[in-house]
Amino acid sequence: MGSEAMKINLKVWRQPNSKAEGKFETYQLNEVSPDMSFLEMFDVLNEQLITDGGEPVAFDHDCREGICGMCSMFINGRPHGPKQGITTCQLHMRSFKDGDTIVVEPWRAQSFPVIKDLSVDRSAFDRIIASGGFVSVNTGNAVDANSILIPKDTADEAFAAATCIGCGACVAACKNSSAMLFVSAKVSQLSLLPQGKAERENRVIAMVDQMDKEGFGSCTNTGACSAECPKEIDLSNIARMNREYVRAKLVSK
Amino acid sequence: MKVLQFLFTSSIGRKVLMALTGLFLILFLVIHLMGNLQLLKHDEGYAFNKYAWFMTSNPLIKTVSYLLYATILLHAFKGLYLVFANRKARGAKSYGSYNGNANSHWTSRNMGILGTLILAFIIGHMSDFWWEYKFGDIPWTKYETSITDESTMVTDITSENHGVHIRMGVAGDKEVFITKDLYKETVEAFEEGWLVALYLLAMAAIAFHLWHGFSSAFQTLGMNHPRWNPLINGLGKAFSILVPLGFAIIPLYVYLLK
Amino acid sequence: MSNKLDSKTPAGPLAEKWTQYRSTVPLVNPANKRNLEVIVVGTGLAGASAAATLAELGYKVKAFCFQDSPRRAHSIAAQGGINAAKNYQNDGDSVYRLFYDTIKGGDYRAREGNVYRLAEVSVNIIDQCVAQGVPFAREYGGTLSNRSFGGTQVQRTFYAAGQTGQQLLLGAYSALERQVGLGNVKMYARHEMLDVVTIDGKARGIIARNLVSGKLERHFGHAVLLCTGGYGNVFYLSTNAMGSNVTAAWKAHRKGAYFGNPCFTQIHPTCIPVSGHYQSKLTLMSESLRNDGRIWVPKQIDDKRHPNDIPEEERDYYLERRYPAFGNLVPRDIASRAAKERCDAGYGVGPSKMAVYLDFAYNLKNKYGRAEASKLGIDNPDDATLLRLGREVVKEKYGNLFDMYKQITNEDPYEVPMRIYPAVHYTMGGLWVDYELMTTVPGLYALGEANFSDHGANRLGASALMQGLADGYFVAPYTVGSYLSKEIHTKPINTDHEAFVQAEQAVQARLDQFLQVKGTKSVESYHRELGLIMWDKCGMARSEAGLKNAIQEIRALRDDFYKNVRVPGGQFEFNPELDKAGRVADFLELGELMCLDALDRNESCGGHFREEYQTEDGEALRDDEAYRYVAAWEYKGGSDWSLHKEALEYENIKIAQRSYK
Repeated sequence: MGSEAMKINLKVWRQPNSKAEGKFETYQLNEVSPDMSFLEMFDVLNEQLITDGGEPVAFDHDCREGICGMCSMFINGRPHGPKQGITTCQLHMRSFKDGDTIVVEPWRAQSFPVIKDLSVDRSAFDRIIASGGFVSVNTGNAVDANSILIPKDTADEAFAAATCIGCGACVAACKNSSAMLFVSAKVSQLSLLPQGKAERENRVIAMVDQMDKEGFGSCTNTGACSAECPKEIDLSNIARMNREYVRAKLVSK
Repeated sequence: MKVLQFLFTSSIGRKVLMALTGLFLILFLVIHLMGNLQLLKHDEGYAFNKYAWFMTSNPLIKTVSYLLYATILLHAFKGLYLVFANRKARGAKSYGSYNGNANSHWTSRNMGILGTLILAFIIGHMSDFWWEYKFGDIPWTKYETSITDESTMVTDITSENHGVHIRMGVAGDKEVFITKDLYKETVEAFEEGWLVALYLLAMAAIAFHLWHGFSSAFQTLGMNHPRWNPLINGLGKAFSILVPLGFAIIPLYVYLLK
Repeated sequence: MSNKLDSKTPAGPLAEKWTQYRSTVPLVNPANKRNLEVIVVGTGLAGASAAATLAELGYKVKAFCFQDSPRRAHSIAAQGGINAAKNYQNDGDSVYRLFYDTIKGGDYRAREGNVYRLAEVSVNIIDQCVAQGVPFAREYGGTLSNRSFGGTQVQRTFYAAGQTGQQLLLGAYSALERQVGLGNVKMYARHEMLDVVTIDGKARGIIARNLVSGKLERHFGHAVLLCTGGYGNVFYLSTNAMGSNVTAAWKAHRKGAYFGNPCFTQIHPTCIPVSGHYQSKLTLMSESLRNDGRIWVPKQIDDKRHPNDIPEEERDYYLERRYPAFGNLVPRDIASRAAKERCDAGYGVGPSKMAVYLDFAYNLKNKYGRAEASKLGIDNPDDATLLRLGREVVKEKYGNLFDMYKQITNEDPYEVPMRIYPAVHYTMGGLWVDYELMTTVPGLYALGEANFSDHGANRLGASALMQGLADGYFVAPYTVGSYLSKEIHTKPINTDHEAFVQAEQAVQARLDQFLQVKGTKSVESYHRELGLIMWDKCGMARSEAGLKNAIQEIRALRDDFYKNVRVPGGQFEFNPELDKAGRVADFLELGELMCLDALDRNESCGGHFREEYQTEDGEALRDDEAYRYVAAWEYKGGSDWSLHKEALEYENIKIAQRSYK
């Protein structure tokens, strides 16, 4: 599309490891194409740093098409940058202007310690899933798939919750570093579906307990998580989890 | 009570507790406002003082009021605890740049500050009026209402020189009501410009606190339904404007008419 | 033929082979299972499902992935769907038909026994996934919904919007995490396998590097399963994730596992074209778009007009012209080559001239617009109404893909035709495995895309997910058990064993080597250069001269790499550049083998197209007499490989030239 190259100033958080103090470093890029993705701009920066004998910026990324959930940059005060419903890798430089200064930081949460620069450790999410984010069915136990009829609306709602990519933007956006949107998406998916009903009480209690143990903050319904979620997971999932949890606490044996 | 333990130990439990106490306080605001609106009556405080007397003497109301005090404390201190716990969850470093306005309303991010303002206000408010009314030395007023023509005669008195025991009763063809005059106390207080300003500020804080808090309580209790959300949100917004406005009119009215 | 290449396909009728195998395979009793340790490398569909299932059975499992969480594996990016011979649509599907379509689609270069088993267990996969809570698309009555995919005439593809891979992987991931929670699987995320340890010829463990601390670790296992995906990233630009690599498979290859059909790569026809030199990866637009989009180029060379200004009669719908029977729905290899042919001839569009149009206007208006209009009872609708109505329908079907396209290109595909071009997508080649999915190293298995098995020379859409899960849930748990039943007397081997020490030293030496070059060029720049060589000379069209040339260029590039690469930082830190250096170094070796294999295969079949071997009208010309075999390459050190051939016998299928005309 032959658009003009832009000058971009980057203020990037640099931190050698989890124990070190970090600080912002400023870099200037002179030839940024508006068609580049945000991560491709970081590739260019790193290439420049390596050729100049510097240390490249460490950042997490993998699929670069918005589905793996690995990329995780906090850009100008917002997770995944200024646009709605996309991940960092789907953000293109045409969303910025020539001469812009862009501040890039890692997710910040007690439960997501920085590994290096912009990479953080999100294993807390795995531990939450391990505590109950599943249907306990061993391989080979299944009945014919069409013997479980699920109304389309229910299936669609469960799917909408299941689209969570576990990137952690919800935690990063939330002023309380709460993981409620992430946990509620999984709780919702499995409590909506008949397959997940058998374990619904144990599941929600175990997952919330694990979430609390990991040190995430608690939800104050600011809605920032859902607004910044690249998959636009709805706040109604959190309401559903609240219901499920209270119900489980009041009725389970 | 083990069944309710989760209200104090888990993250969701705590927020459910915040929601329940919050809704109770919202209910209280309605009752309180209905009483306060009597201040606007031109009856030299008769109705308002009667209401005040009722609120402090009825045993059932008294019980509820203790529940209310407990609720205020629980809501306030649990809230403050959450603010600090949540701040800790951010970790040692906070963001260099954080654009909260892009994704949430500022009231929702400042419930702690708004709540603290409100708490400070409540303390001041209670010591100004509640404490004064209960234990303070404030003027007394005697209302003598004629049963036949319903005209009321108002006399200032002092408690000492009358040693009144029965504060309400019928003497001859008159209904006699002797009371600490909270009405006068209030009206006199609201003639002070700075106090009125403080009250207005506090009402604004309540309005903003409710702007988020009202619908948030419903979300916390699991009530989020596409069909009901507009109603809950609309009600919440209306409530958060109208109720504090109702409270705010009183000092303004008194101050402007002095 | 080497006797190492015994496929061990069970005797007997095709339809009974797997049942027979399962019923007679030796078992391990539960008490012994607890003492047997299995290492699973990679946690995509194949790895996560295998690790979970083996742990459910009672084995002690260690699972490794280089990503920060097992849920990130690139299986997650699969869009379209998963095939299964359920015949829920009552349209004549069967296990045999799925088997037949797969063999034919693969251009008769896959093993019958394996493919039939794949088709057989495909039905169990859907059941299993539904039981796990995978939210597949449903009809209003609550039953599962299906759609059709390229190269088939039945509707057998199950899907979850455009995110089927994600949903299936999250299902397998949750099964895996459940076992992690139960303590049956120990998960090692951000760990990369850097060598296989063999003792007395058997795989006995791995050397892995903790990518956060940089430390090397030794892990013992009675068996090792490689579920590490494909190697499409050897082309630098591909639809693979940035981290996808061949390293684990390559280390196994260097330790004695034969590499099968390395030159069989799948080029997907509908990807967003390259827009600049900085480009890091290519994005796929789902094959399902070809159901409703028409592919064309201008009839005039170097036509500079805006696509909407080119009148109908000046457009060349070349797929419909060349393949009237299948039209825009020909298999991937054919659609890709046809696009390349048009662009090479000068008819390409867009700034790079390396793209063709995928145009929805016709169906938007005529198919969906008219249908909606008649539903709404609008007589004689005008064009604007038709477009508006059609747009609503298309939005419902492909909205997320259209948005994705617009996000990347800043062009609105509802208004302007999409520009697409083929890109590397999948590798049919991989570690050679037998019927039990065991490589030529005893105790070393390869599952999913990492092995060469089921897709022959071309994979049909929606079959990769099927294979990954078939291998992991339903095949490996039996076949690995068969091997382990003979290992119950093997006590866990201490990792101080000489073989572990030596393997670790070799890995350490290699890491040191990367760090000591201290040159000036980035790892990325070598990768990019390798990609260009591979794409130009071992991509969609290959020739003897080009391949020979490529081999020389790759060798020169490899030499240069070890002289001039700059890997910043050190080993004992989080150092993605060092991780990448190892992967690119392995690609630099693999690239050569791919060219060698392509050079050896003097025929065109599936994704492998040799310019010298084509029909008069430019179709692939197979040579079944001479090349109906799996090429399994044995590593001999340096640039030396020896070729072993596994002849492919077709007892149940009559081989024919593929025709989609």
